[in-house]
Amino acid sequence: MQTFDLEAQGLRALNSTLHAQAENTNQTQWEIINPKGSHAIAVGLDAPIEVNVKGSTGYYCAGMNKQATVHVHGSAGPGTAENMMSGTVIVEGDASQYAGATGHGGTLIIKGNASSRCGISMKGIDIIVHGNIGHMSAFMAQSGNIVVCGDAGDALGDSCYEARFFVRGSVKSLGADCIEKEMRPEHIAILEELLERGGCDAKASEFKRYGSARNLYNFDVDNAAAY
Amino acid sequence: MCGIVGLFLKDKSLEPQLGNMLTDMLITMTDRGPDSAGIAIYGDETAGNTKLTVQSDTPESDFAKLDSELQKKIAGKVAMRVKDTHAVLDIQADQVAAARAALAEIRPDVRVMSYGETLEIYKEVGLPKKVAERFDVRKMSGSHGIGHTRMATESAVTTMGAHPFNTGADQCLVHNGSLSNHNSLRRKLRRLGVHIETENDTEVGAAYLTWKMQTGSTLGEALQSSLDDLDGFFTFLVGTKDGFGVVRDPIACKPAVMAETDQYVAFGSEYRALVNLPGIEDARVWEPEPATVYFWSHNAAPTAQEKAA
Repeated sequence: MQTFDLEAQGLRALNSTLHAQAENTNQTQWEIINPKGSHAIAVGLDAPIEVNVKGSTGYYCAGMNKQATVHVHGSAGPGTAENMMSGTVIVEGDASQYAGATGHGGTLIIKGNASSRCGISMKGIDIIVHGNIGHMSAFMAQSGNIVVCGDAGDALGDSCYEARFFVRGSVKSLGADCIEKEMRPEHIAILEELLERGGCDAKASEFKRYGSARNLYNFDVDNAAAY
Repeated sequence: MCGIVGLFLKDKSLEPQLGNMLTDMLITMTDRGPDSAGIAIYGDETAGNTKLTVQSDTPESDFAKLDSELQKKIAGKVAMRVKDTHAVLDIQADQVAAARAALAEIRPDVRVMSYGETLEIYKEVGLPKKVAERFDVRKMSGSHGIGHTRMATESAVTTMGAHPFNTGADQCLVHNGSLSNHNSLRRKLRRLGVHIETENDTEVGAAYLTWKMQTGSTLGEALQSSLDDLDGFFTFLVGTKDGFGVVRDPIACKPAVMAETDQYVAFGSEYRALVNLPGIEDARVWEPEPATVYFWSHNAAPTAQEKAA
């Protein structure tokens, strides 16, 4: 295992070292010590490596991730795993606002709570949160799944497209054009796989499904006066 | 973007280190706003006295014999401590209004930064490190304090545009964000007779809270109504003689992290600001909820003003 002391060696050295790891690297295990809330830790990775961050991170940790597994052993700042393409990001603590924003693929697992705007404009990522998520989560979400074992804040899924939201607890309010939907066997199957992947101690039958009412997809002539 | 830090000490043995801890926290936030920096410290008090912290761009001439001239003018005791561009005038509590009027007359270029029994505010244009050095903030002791490093968006980079803003006796405000209805609110408050000096948006926020409290609101009520009356983005940290409070606008896009241990309650715009505090590894760390007023007080039986918060 490679250990990298972020405080001593610096961020630029860390990220360029991780970027230098190729598809077939032998150095697949990395440990980052002294993260101390620094920004942009392990961003833009594109190799099947595992990076363990021993502490809390600041803005944009594991952004644009491809293939890699980034495991934060602490809490994460705003924009964690933003625009992730593939791979896995795990946060042991809480994640601040817009975690997993615009993510195209991969899995983001948050073991604590996620703050506001979780999964905003997500495009295929799977986000699994053991705790609660904040207001305006999944705003304009296009595809992918969000699983919330706790509660969701205000305006969940406002103006969403074809993303699915599974919430076990309460939803403070639903955003425009987001509705509760029937939980059919295929959704139970999808959710069971997600709960398994996220290591959640929860039963799929306890969740409700939310998604787009698809009323905003097309122009409605009755609304013409509003424009 | 701006950086805010705050530290409220529960453990009295840390009080001599307050300035030092706050300075480190503020310097960590330098890249959130390098225009200007300021610090509010709640330190010692002398019974029956009030501290008037004043600032001058020409301290050599303005502060020369200021204490004796002011003393003569208001016929009361005045003690002065000069710190770079700032001076703390220790006066009798019942002479604050007289002293302010006399100051405006004998030193028209001197600006009042704060007044209160324990509060002192120091702020200037420049990096947090430089500003803290100029005022020797590291050596200051106190029960709690607030710091701000500014990236100006709404108005000029000047001493008067720097934070914290004094909102009343022993009260101060720092702000991360930008208010979008400050022009109309400033006109409204000026019509009601509220003195607002600059074109700065935060000064309007501070004046609004002062006005609410002067017209009968508690600090908690004033903060609560700010959620309705202020439009824009804000994370506010407010200091009072006994503690500090936090409120964020309902959208809450301006960051805020809090940490609490048996020894302190700390606030930072980012977790980075808190990483060197003692026992942070085991602290309870969380993000304050949007549109929710939080308050911590040294006063075991908080006054009505604080209780509402």
